[in-house]
Amino acid sequence: MRAPGDRLAWPAVRDTELIGGGLADEGLARRLKALACTAPLHDLDARKAKLDWAEATVYQMAEIALHTIDQVAIAMDFDTGADHHEVVRRLQPFIAAQAPGRKADEHVRVGRWVLDNLINVGTADRGFRRVYGHVDANGVYQRRAFDFKLLIELAAPDGEVYLRATDEAINVLVGALDTDVESAHIAAEVKLENLINRGRLADAKLAAEQARYRTVQYGETLRAKLDATRRDVRAVDWDTEMPEMLDSALSHIESRFRAENAILKNITIARDEAEDVDRKRRAAELVDIVGDCISRHTQLQSRLQAAGATFRAEQDRQQFSGPPQRATIDLFGQLLVPTLELPIADAVKPVERFFQGSSGLTIPAVPSLSALVSLLLRPAPERDKLVGEVPEPELVPPETLDYYSDEQWRHADELLDLPEVPRRLSGLLAEAREIDPQLARLVALRALHSYSPEVAAAVRQGDDRALIAIDDGTLLDDVEFGGADLLLASAFIDRSELEISGEPS
Amino acid sequence: MSITGDAEAAARLVSFGMRPKQLPGRDVVYAELVRRYGEDSAFKQLTNAVASGLGLMVLDVSTQSGAVLAATDESVFEIKMDSYARQSKIRERRDTEKVLHGLVHLASAALGYPRPDDLANDTYIGRVSVEQVDGVVREACRILDERAAKAEENNDPLSGAPELEQAWRAYARRPAAAATKDGRLASDTTRGMVSRALRFLAEQGFLVQVNAEQGGTYRTTPRYQVQVRELAADSAFEELLALNVVSVGDGAGTLRPSISDTL
Repeated sequence: MRAPGDRLAWPAVRDTELIGGGLADEGLARRLKALACTAPLHDLDARKAKLDWAEATVYQMAEIALHTIDQVAIAMDFDTGADHHEVVRRLQPFIAAQAPGRKADEHVRVGRWVLDNLINVGTADRGFRRVYGHVDANGVYQRRAFDFKLLIELAAPDGEVYLRATDEAINVLVGALDTDVESAHIAAEVKLENLINRGRLADAKLAAEQARYRTVQYGETLRAKLDATRRDVRAVDWDTEMPEMLDSALSHIESRFRAENAILKNITIARDEAEDVDRKRRAAELVDIVGDCISRHTQLQSRLQAAGATFRAEQDRQQFSGPPQRATIDLFGQLLVPTLELPIADAVKPVERFFQGSSGLTIPAVPSLSALVSLLLRPAPERDKLVGEVPEPELVPPETLDYYSDEQWRHADELLDLPEVPRRLSGLLAEAREIDPQLARLVALRALHSYSPEVAAAVRQGDDRALIAIDDGTLLDDVEFGGADLLLASAFIDRSELEISGEPS
Repeated sequence: MSITGDAEAAARLVSFGMRPKQLPGRDVVYAELVRRYGEDSAFKQLTNAVASGLGLMVLDVSTQSGAVLAATDESVFEIKMDSYARQSKIRERRDTEKVLHGLVHLASAALGYPRPDDLANDTYIGRVSVEQVDGVVREACRILDERAAKAEENNDPLSGAPELEQAWRAYARRPAAAATKDGRLASDTTRGMVSRALRFLAEQGFLVQVNAEQGGTYRTTPRYQVQVRELAADSAFEELLALNVVSVGDGAGTLRPSISDTL
């Protein structure tokens, strides 16, 4: 027999399951995030009509955006990424193909606009944020923010700013969302071989390109680890973890070399044996791509081989410390990292205290005449090297100003308030002209407008009446206007029935 | 010496301390006052009293660093974080800006004195560069991100409570660099902030620019070491203790890096 309490507990458990706990829910969040990554691209097409410097609806912005990410990803290697101008320049043929009739200036501008929007210039974080719902372990629905970037800007050692595509962007581009780097890599290779065997080269080219993006992504992962070592030897476990990682990376490259060389051989044969010109050309493209893949692997491999030397050199440079002479604080481990982990609201106080302690004194300036004179005679200071963001505003043309004054509108309202007896337009025009010569035009326009009244809109807005105009065939005899002498009346809207009643004749 | 003479000498030592780039090694009068401060305890007390009357405290007086002074709370000499972190952009949250600037200063010191021993060792001279400071914080953010991902719970920030977002997320989200129309460095990027902080510290006599490599490379001065060791680190540490987030080291009192186990 079941206790009463058990019975009560059942529905609660079921609800939680229905909302979706465990793995299913995690998958949902992942898919929502993947979906969010595509939102900036759709957004471009949604906003293109509002651009005031060009009639941009002819351009397929999402396509250009994907192409941009493509260009940046291709240009990424170990040290640098793509330069802004270079990317825009490479986009030109693609943009021009979409609108051959437009000027080159406009094509450049479209390219720049897409690039800026992919970086999201104008926001402090230069990224995107989407809010998604998540059901936690207790079955409580929470709104969380997912922050992501598509293209990021980084400074090269020479001070130049260049672009890199983020993992999110590469995932969006390749279409394989949220997958393991290594397995996706292998999957792409297998798919490629299959396609070649079946002779479907167009698909094979796509798969080869995907494999190349994966290679780039894999290189990025390793680069981050090596960078960490260069900064702080202690941050990376060189005892077991790093050697293991280097080993697995090297064996991975070895297997990729084997696979890619096999593929290269196959396609080269396919290229040489193909008789169809188009197929021959595509096979040749494939050879290029796979060749590029192999050279990227070679680059990765040489980096991996140099990693050990990097470690030893860094170990020498970052010499090991002796025991502290007196008790002091470990600034990094005891101050910086714990502060980074604090919520923003809590972190304010510690950093403020540190800043006050370490910033020194400000000496209040004492004005003196002689100092003032030399201050005024001083040559203009050099421009500050730092400058705040100067966003280029997207201007919306201002609302056209009202042609008629409020006064005139009020008079027209009074004239056109005809609750009981319908009136002729000619009479109203004459009366309006007596008040204000301009008023006649407004009255005529409103009469014309009410010939086809938007009753549904009036109902929605909650108006209690609507002006109705009827043409009974009488001609308008007026110095200024011509047409039918309309009959005008106010129709009441019967809200209880949601029907229009009181319609005149 | 007369009382007025002593008071004048004490005040002069304090005023030397207000010029951070002036060093005892380059000024005979200054050197003499520093020597007297070390030997004459009455003069030492008098100097401390003069300083405290002005709203200052004497952190250290030595031949290497000169007289190192710090402003007490609400003193006219105090540099307010609010005015330092003032931003032209109103839409950004003030707290976020303050925390980011503060983290940059903390990281500059952490890089200048990477090991506890370096902070304690009076002869140690550290080196910092814009690129390294940004790199160190980003690396720490990356480790925290990995750790958060390992915890296997959804750790994306709640959209309704931005003030509960962890500081490292705000830092990691902010771009390192951004191109501006005239090719200069945007000031609201992290590298822009670091660059500003290091130049500020150099103006305060805490750093000396060595060259322009890596976005600007600087070496630390003994003055900075005193300032961080005697005041800044402790007061920040106390705040963290008050928030109950720091575990104090073992009985030996040596505070070791605790980061190595996270990668």
